[in-house]
Amino acid sequence: MGSVGEQVGSAGLIELYRCMVRIRSFEEHAHKTFLKGGMPGFLHLYSGEEAIAAGVMDVLAPDDYIVTSHRGHGHLLARGGDPKRMFAELYGRVDGYCRGKGGSMHIADMGHGMLGANGIVGAAVNIGTGAAFACKYRGDRRVSVAFFGDGSTNRGTFHEALNLAAIWELPAIYILENNHYGVANPQSDHTKLKDLADRAAAYGFPGVVVDGNDVLAVRAAAAEAVERARQGGGPTLIEAKTWRHWGHFIGDSAKYRDPVEHQSWLDRDPIPAFGKVLVAKGVATEAELQAIGEEVEAEMDAAIEYGRQSPFPDVSELTMDVYVGDPQGTSAGGRS
Amino acid sequence: MTDIKPRTINYMQAVAEALILEMRRDPDIYIAGEDVGKFGGSFGVTGPVYKEFGATRVLDTPISETAIIGTAVGAAAAGLRPVVEILFVDFLPIAGDELFNQAAKIHYMFGGQVDCPIVVRTAMGAGIGAAAHHSQSLEALVCHIPGLITIAPATPYDAKGLLIAAIRDNNPVVFLEHKLLYAAKGEVPEGDYVIPIGKADVKREGADVTLICYSAMVRQCLASAEALAAEGISAEVLDLRTLVPLDKEAILASVRKTGRAVIVHEACQTGGFGGEIAAVIADQAFGSLKAPVKRVAGPDTPVPFSPALEAEFIVNAEKITAAVKALFAE
Ligand SMILES: Cc1ncc(C[n+]2csc(CCOP(=O)(O)OP(=O)(O)O)c2C)c(N)n1
Ligand SMILES: [Mg+2]
Repeated sequence: MGSVGEQVGSAGLIELYRCMVRIRSFEEHAHKTFLKGGMPGFLHLYSGEEAIAAGVMDVLAPDDYIVTSHRGHGHLLARGGDPKRMFAELYGRVDGYCRGKGGSMHIADMGHGMLGANGIVGAAVNIGTGAAFACKYRGDRRVSVAFFGDGSTNRGTFHEALNLAAIWELPAIYILENNHYGVANPQSDHTKLKDLADRAAAYGFPGVVVDGNDVLAVRAAAAEAVERARQGGGPTLIEAKTWRHWGHFIGDSAKYRDPVEHQSWLDRDPIPAFGKVLVAKGVATEAELQAIGEEVEAEMDAAIEYGRQSPFPDVSELTMDVYVGDPQGTSAGGRS
Repeated sequence: MTDIKPRTINYMQAVAEALILEMRRDPDIYIAGEDVGKFGGSFGVTGPVYKEFGATRVLDTPISETAIIGTAVGAAAAGLRPVVEILFVDFLPIAGDELFNQAAKIHYMFGGQVDCPIVVRTAMGAGIGAAAHHSQSLEALVCHIPGLITIAPATPYDAKGLLIAAIRDNNPVVFLEHKLLYAAKGEVPEGDYVIPIGKADVKREGADVTLICYSAMVRQCLASAEALAAEGISAEVLDLRTLVPLDKEAILASVRKTGRAVIVHEACQTGGFGGEIAAVIADQAFGSLKAPVKRVAGPDTPVPFSPALEAEFIVNAEKITAAVKALFAE
């Protein structure tokens, strides 16, 4: 772990910690509720990967763009998303970010420049690249960050997006969350590469490997990439190596993973690891960290209850927002 | 005859059985797709197939839909018989070029020199809270491309016999499995048998109205026919089973008999395959019609996530029954 406190400061370090704890707590609240049969659809949990979202989001400006995959709760939360509206969306309720139409896999919050989670693996890579193009086209010094998994890099769309970003020198940052599996397919079966960051060489821009369970290492790599992008230096691919604590989605027992390897990653859980650093450096006491945990627990208890209490959308919403406005001759309309 | 117990298996098992029987028969058949091997398939369909044939014939691919279908085209042109899996039909457009421009056209474009005997198995339909990217019914897109065969079976028996037929056919076939049907049970013979492609099946006979349907809507139509019977309306349920080539004769024969047609599909109405069926009836059975041809189809919207909205999206027996009754009230 790098030079603690040097760039971030005590308050900032504690915020990074809190951010990770909030994501974990959000995910585990959703997990418990889902297992009890209380939530519809599929949930892909981010537990174990929190250091990536927390580290990257900490170096972005409020008007930058992000876009993510099916595993996107952590990104929105770290970006400032409201857990109440997020839980409402997971429940399919009208107070959700997408009025219940998207659910977990399509959660989106334009208010935070969050261009959506996505049900199509790899879709975020081109969407993020397009937002980066818009930033460059307007010359407004914003950047765009796309989050996606190791498995996504085997799609053709990944290649096309990164090549375009390279030749157009776009302010794009690609955060490759390598949790070593695409569903049950291990990295060793889906690619011959050891480091997926090596793929950047094919496009002629930097590819960096970081420990995705070390929030400060992620933050430092992201800070450098974002700075380069803002200065017109073009894209960066950051491979953050990590591990999901649970199966691919809730219900997948992940028996395909080696229990010893699984345990070794659990032992490197990013949250307690960072907590230890904070205590060792005198940034926080055990008791203070514990208090954060309790505060966050209470916050998420209330947030999930808000989601549960939110009403379902009226059935009239089924045909609303198919189009912008109400184009003549369509049976499905927009909002008047 | 001693008592041969009729054997009941589910739709998923029927599909697996067809794959196994055909792979035993023909060493040129291979399966490729995401997590189809070691993991046994994300819906669990190919597990037993992998168990028997292993990784040389049941190949796990990376997340590369374009390559799954694209390489199938090349492998087929070079003499193999690929049976590939695209997990959700929503991902089929990712391989749009490979399917629509290559697989569908090479036989014609090359003057009949080469066949493209591939089967693309894929899961369609809403009903599991999977939202807009995992719930569509895209058969109309496939049906619009000449050169492709489109099959959408509703029962385990039909799934097995039609998949065997699809594998033996020398044309590219899109084989649509409805995810809500995987657990559906039915009687299925053990050995191999073929259900001819392009032949519809009367699933229930009736005299007053024909419900024309396929895939998961067959169940809904059967339930509706039951409800209608209680109201004195005798509905015939015609399961198309294959959409292209379309069994026009069966449609026309039934509609000429009943004089009324209600076409039912889960897919959105506009540009849906129901319009094609309606046109066939209007063109060739106009004189037999006692009422306008009606469609009961999905609304023209993406599939929403919220259970409250998804339930409203999906066509069900009640909606079909209401549409039929309205026809008799007119
Ligand atoms: C184009 C496409 N193909 C397949 C799927 C099914 N699917 C959903 S998530 C997933 C694995 C994704 O792996 P990775 O990119 O490593 O992300 P992770 O789930 O590990 O975060 C697959 C195959 C999909 N949603 N979209
Ligand atoms: Mg992964």
